[in-house]
Amino acid sequence: MKEAEFLVIGKTLVITLLQELDHHIATYIKEESDNIMNKRNIKNVIINFEHISFMDSSGIGVIIGRYKRIMYLNGKLIAVNMQPTVKRIFKMSGLHKIMYCCDTMKDAMSTVQ
Amino acid sequence: MKNYISIEMDAKSENEFFGRLAVAGILTYADPTMEELTDVKTAVSEAVTNSIIHGYENKEGKILMKMALNDNELEVEITDYGTGIEDVKKAMEPMYTTKPDMERSGMGFSFMEAFMDELKVYSKKGEGTRVVMKKIFQE
Repeated sequence: MKEAEFLVIGKTLVITLLQELDHHIATYIKEESDNIMNKRNIKNVIINFEHISFMDSSGIGVIIGRYKRIMYLNGKLIAVNMQPTVKRIFKMSGLHKIMYCCDTMKDAMSTVQ
Repeated sequence: MKNYISIEMDAKSENEFFGRLAVAGILTYADPTMEELTDVKTAVSEAVTNSIIHGYENKEGKILMKMALNDNELEVEITDYGTGIEDVKKAMEPMYTTKPDMERSGMGFSFMEAFMDELKVYSKKGEGTRVVMKKIFQE
């Protein structure tokens, strides 16, 4: 089973998570996204949570890691389509205060325009 | 309902998912709410991850997971025989991590505390760590 899908649209990398965001998946997301960002001219990252309903503190770690990189590039980091269980982790950790949270992919795409 | 399950697993990151699956399994007949189920899955995920990353430092090892269900109370015990924690109190402080370079948030123990009703951590340097957590389900 695939861990995630990566799609580059202009200067934006869209990561669609396909499995529960734990330490195992976080390691993969970190490696793959760093790989793409090293090769392509990426400024923004959109993380699509549509297909997952679980994330733990390892997910927070990988998101903060991307946040630091995006801030350095003066870009935007956006979380989209979060289910209530994921939203709860965002609120508990304060992630919702440091990054953009959108309800739809359309809103996310217009935020990076 | 009373039930007890004990599992020994390799300290591999793939097994974080398996640990969550196992605890969801024993809770099938406890009828938890969606939120309670997510709470327990998150706490187990944190404890198993700690054993893999900190206990065994991503090297080989075994993790023992014991689950005891007693009507509406669940006790989960997760044990590793790895490096152990020198200062448990310090390790449990929110945002404290010994591995910031690995993008660790330092929220593991905080989440276990927040999502469970009771958390006890026993650890000895060089011998390993045992985490005992309890959750009481509303009837």
